[in-house]
Amino acid sequence: MPWIGDQTETQIEKGHPACAGCGMVLGVRHMLEEAGDNTILVIPACCASVIQGVYPYTAFDVPVINTAFAAAASTASGVEMALRQRDEETNVIVLAGDGGTTDIGLSSMSGALERRHNFMYVLYDNEAYSNTGFQKSGRTPTGARTTTTPTGRVGEQKNIDKIVEAHDPEYLSTTTSGYAQDLRDKTAKSLEVDGPAFMHMLTPCPPGWRFDTGDTVDVSKKAVSTGLWVLYEKERGEEVQISRPSKAAFSDPDPVEDYVELQGRFSTADSVDIDTLQERAQRNIEEYSEYLEGVTA
Amino acid sequence: MSDAVGASERQREESNARIMTGNAATALAAQDAGTDVVAAYPITPQTEIVENIAEAVESGEFDAEFSRVESEHSAMSAVMGASQVNARTFTATASQGLLYMSEMVWWTAASRLPVVMAIANRALGPPWNIWGSHTDALSQRDSGWIQMFAGTVQEVYDLTLMSYRIAEDHDVMLPMMMNLDGFTFAHTMQPLEKLPREDARAYVGEVDIPHDVTAEDPRGFGAFTAGDNFWQFRKKMMDAMDRVPAVAEEAFDEFADLTGREYDLVHEYRADDADLVIVGLGTLAREAEVAADVLREEHDVAAGVVRPILQTPFPQERFAEAVGDAEKVVVLDRSTSFGRGGIVTRDVNLAVDQPVASVIAGIGGQNVEFDDMVDIALNAEPGKTQWFGGDL
Repeated sequence: MPWIGDQTETQIEKGHPACAGCGMVLGVRHMLEEAGDNTILVIPACCASVIQGVYPYTAFDVPVINTAFAAAASTASGVEMALRQRDEETNVIVLAGDGGTTDIGLSSMSGALERRHNFMYVLYDNEAYSNTGFQKSGRTPTGARTTTTPTGRVGEQKNIDKIVEAHDPEYLSTTTSGYAQDLRDKTAKSLEVDGPAFMHMLTPCPPGWRFDTGDTVDVSKKAVSTGLWVLYEKERGEEVQISRPSKAAFSDPDPVEDYVELQGRFSTADSVDIDTLQERAQRNIEEYSEYLEGVTA
Repeated sequence: MSDAVGASERQREESNARIMTGNAATALAAQDAGTDVVAAYPITPQTEIVENIAEAVESGEFDAEFSRVESEHSAMSAVMGASQVNARTFTATASQGLLYMSEMVWWTAASRLPVVMAIANRALGPPWNIWGSHTDALSQRDSGWIQMFAGTVQEVYDLTLMSYRIAEDHDVMLPMMMNLDGFTFAHTMQPLEKLPREDARAYVGEVDIPHDVTAEDPRGFGAFTAGDNFWQFRKKMMDAMDRVPAVAEEAFDEFADLTGREYDLVHEYRADDADLVIVGLGTLAREAEVAADVLREEHDVAAGVVRPILQTPFPQERFAEAVGDAEKVVVLDRSTSFGRGGIVTRDVNLAVDQPVASVIAGIGGQNVEFDDMVDIALNAEPGKTQWFGGDL
């Protein structure tokens, strides 16, 4: 549904213990408002397993099944089978971080995608193990400082979207907290399809990425405007559709320095790291420009 | 009990005596119990169980969702998720598979979800070995799962049906590990008297998870819980486990009313007047019954066998009563806890006053026959842990 700046429904109550400026809470609130009440969340170990609140309180308005780190997609697959067995239609949504998805939970997610369960998998990506104090994950970008890469991450991010795409899900989308309408539209499509839907949501993390808590949306948008983060969607059997903010970015991208300088996590990044990130952005733009015919509104 | 009598008559008319393996009987029981969701991963010697279920589901005979998951960790996660939304669930594994799913084994128990899982007991590697040992199941002894051990094909069918009754009882709400010795009877055919499906369903009843998750009544489960509350959840599990023997006895009694087949927490064979009691789980203790006969007939030793059917929680009082004042207690332990000896022996030591002779025997395919057991029983030394083939 169109979002005009008001809360349509509240799905994460005030008083939750997330960090100020949390990009995940911002994005997930929109995602849940779009999904509505008829939803069951499955959450593995991640920030979302903490920010829902401490027993006996919960900040979520929808039911939550907390499960172990590597078990999100498989737990959701069981929920979905039980509901299907009795013809019950409820949104089953996994809410998992980048560690729980691209690292420890990868085989569980791969299995559930391959078995084509009817569920939505939301990867909210803060590009590190933020819940445990910001350690390096497979999604940590080149040059970023984490507590386990104190002089900057060597190597490049794991391209989880290509891995997911190889499973040919019914619907695959990338989004970010800074573009609420994009995120909501893609949520609605994810829940419409019959089969697995995967949403990769880039969610800036103020304490981990080291930026001011008021800058979450700006950082989110800067990831897009530099080409480091590409917003697109892909329905099964269809071509990739580049979303509007990325189309604009492709025609006149900002230099990655604009993104990097906003964040303390890149304070130890040297020119080689910056060049690597710039090359990454350039490769993204070249690769995805191929699909520019199909810009979505 | 007129209903039970009626059901019993129906059963005589309709049921078929069959011959099948322990694995096939386990699969049949999961089907007869009206399982909604099965998720499993192949592992020897359990695989035949899920193959049979797959066959029944794909032929349309068994109306269940069956998921061929990519790992045991996911198998347990999936049945846990299904159980959390009020489905009746089943899975099966063994050995490495059980260890691989161990994290979710514990998660499921603490989620208080009555999943039923068959374990075709098998040794743990390395070295690779596919034959029997109880160390796989007993390694999960403290996870919060109820554990029963069957000794025959009929027993594993009956006890699997009863597993659902016990696990899903609102006074219990804990998952159940139903153990059958790998190959020894998992792959051995024996006669089976099955229940007519409608009688089995009526006996097991409808699954009703009191803390199921629904969108209409949103609640969260498993959220972060601090020290003031965490221990209370664990105490509730402990209390529930303490209620298992009484709930199991009730389930056994109603099953006996329905079928005429009587079960006990502890199976006794000629133990009433026994001076020497051999203790063991599953098929090893069945073989020991022959040894007891030989000891009585050829060695003039009043021998008997006490075989726990319920191993976790260990029915201490009932076990001590079965052993009675026997002078010698010999445990044939098909498990190892390095630094402690046989795992079952620890429970026996706590339950009885007599010094216990512990003999580790029959692990990983070591053949132990009744005449070996006669020698073991006569020569094992109380208070010691000895090895069949080594000290004995």
